[in-house]
Amino acid sequence: MVLSCEDVRKTFGPNVVLDGLTLDVGEHEVVALIGASGSGKSTLLRCVNLLAEIDDGTIRLDGEDITDPRINPDAVRQKIGLVFQSYNLFPHMTVLDNITLAPVRVHKRPVAEAREQAHEWLKRVGLADKAGAYPDRLSGGQQQRVAIVRALVNNPRLLLLDEVTSALDPELVGEVLTMIRDLKGDGMTMVLATHEMGFARQVADRVAFLDKGKVLEQGPPDQVLGEPVEARTRQFLARIIEAGRL
Amino acid sequence: MTTQLHEVSETQRGRIAYRRRQAIRSVLLAALSTAVIGTVLVVLVTGAPGWDRVKQSFFNPEVAREYLPAILEGLWLNVRLFVVCAICALILGLLIAILRTLRGPVFFPLRALGTIYTYSFRGLPLIIVIYLFAFGIPGLRLQGTPSVTVLGGAALVITYGAYLAEVIRSGIESVHPSQVAAARSLGLSYRQAMRHVVLPQAVRRSAPPLLNDTVAMQKDVGLISLAGPIDAIRAAQIGVASDANFTPYVVAGVLFVLLALPLIGVTDFVTLRAARRQNAGA
Repeated sequence: MVLSCEDVRKTFGPNVVLDGLTLDVGEHEVVALIGASGSGKSTLLRCVNLLAEIDDGTIRLDGEDITDPRINPDAVRQKIGLVFQSYNLFPHMTVLDNITLAPVRVHKRPVAEAREQAHEWLKRVGLADKAGAYPDRLSGGQQQRVAIVRALVNNPRLLLLDEVTSALDPELVGEVLTMIRDLKGDGMTMVLATHEMGFARQVADRVAFLDKGKVLEQGPPDQVLGEPVEARTRQFLARIIEAGRL
Repeated sequence: MTTQLHEVSETQRGRIAYRRRQAIRSVLLAALSTAVIGTVLVVLVTGAPGWDRVKQSFFNPEVAREYLPAILEGLWLNVRLFVVCAICALILGLLIAILRTLRGPVFFPLRALGTIYTYSFRGLPLIIVIYLFAFGIPGLRLQGTPSVTVLGGAALVITYGAYLAEVIRSGIESVHPSQVAAARSLGLSYRQAMRHVVLPQAVRRSAPPLLNDTVAMQKDVGLISLAGPIDAIRAAQIGVASDANFTPYVVAGVLFVLLALPLIGVTDFVTLRAARRQNAGA
């Protein structure tokens, strides 16, 4: 298992956001997290990346307990990429500097080598001409692709994608989804929280439906999205269909 | 894309003509109103019963000419002092601001010290700090006590450092937490995230208020005269005392304004650019 979450509990004051959640992700596997707003998708990803501290349970990365307080969180984060809904590019840096910051400062790689790798990635995702541009000159879809590249140049074991298309105009969603599909082809292990059910069906090996801080139901996309067992999953999907998003 | 020649419609031509008429009207009105208010002010001041005496003792060209060289010489001290103090105060402010954001129990005393410093020196009147430094420290009769000019400058640096520290700290706090989250998610340590992601944005954002405080500092450099060194204000004061005429003060005042103009211009420019950049981002 690349990632295994065991009885993870996370509360914010009186709100129990994750309530004994258990989830495993295997090598090269793509798991889509679906569920209503507030069901804990984003919180889970933040907990896995140690940006939020869990209140109980255990999270393991390649078998190592990363929720042990004695562990160095910076070293763990270097192995896990996280892409945010709102891109969170650094506005005072060019696209190239955004991408090379971690390789140069964290992994201490030579600047020339990091730049070359960044250029290669930018070419691959069709943004070769944007290397010198600042993020505010890019469309949302372009910014999000840069954000994904920024996470990838660290060669993470695991890539977490937190509703990466939710802030995008509909016509820009496609370019980001294409990129994620390509990553799956590369064998990247990914966990993605998403509202794009059609995409989850295409790209995910497994869909997990989160409800009230637990994985209520999981399985192959066709089963969870097509013939859900749980009543709450059916309810959720019915609302999604109503909103025209499936 | 090719640009086509566009035939302006009758309606649009009417609009353009109307806007032009309105613009001319506005300019005329502004000119008229300025002329009226200007005349009223001039009549009011020059028509005042004491105007002749005020003119004699505040705007006396001969006295101005006589003391201008001495005041200019004094001003050179102000300029040098300002440049050195401004740089030192900025560095001090940056250090204190960073000190106040340090986390971890080890740094508690430093954080506390930073807080006490910014709270007390923002409240303490600059004049008192200058007196304490310039007269108090030499009173200790320590070996190697610097000159009053240096001590006065130190008072200025320490007082303004407290303001600048708070300006920079508010800049640091205005950087959205998601920026830190993004930096940390890439594996950067807290210190690296601060240095490469937060501080550059914070300093850029706080540039307008920082410059504004620097403008204030430029004129407060004149308070150093209280400690004794002959700066522009001290030179003017000597002139006032020996001629019983206040014109040297006016001369010094005008010179201070002229000196401040370039920096005020820069501040306005930077503020405008920051505002424009913010709007472009939205």
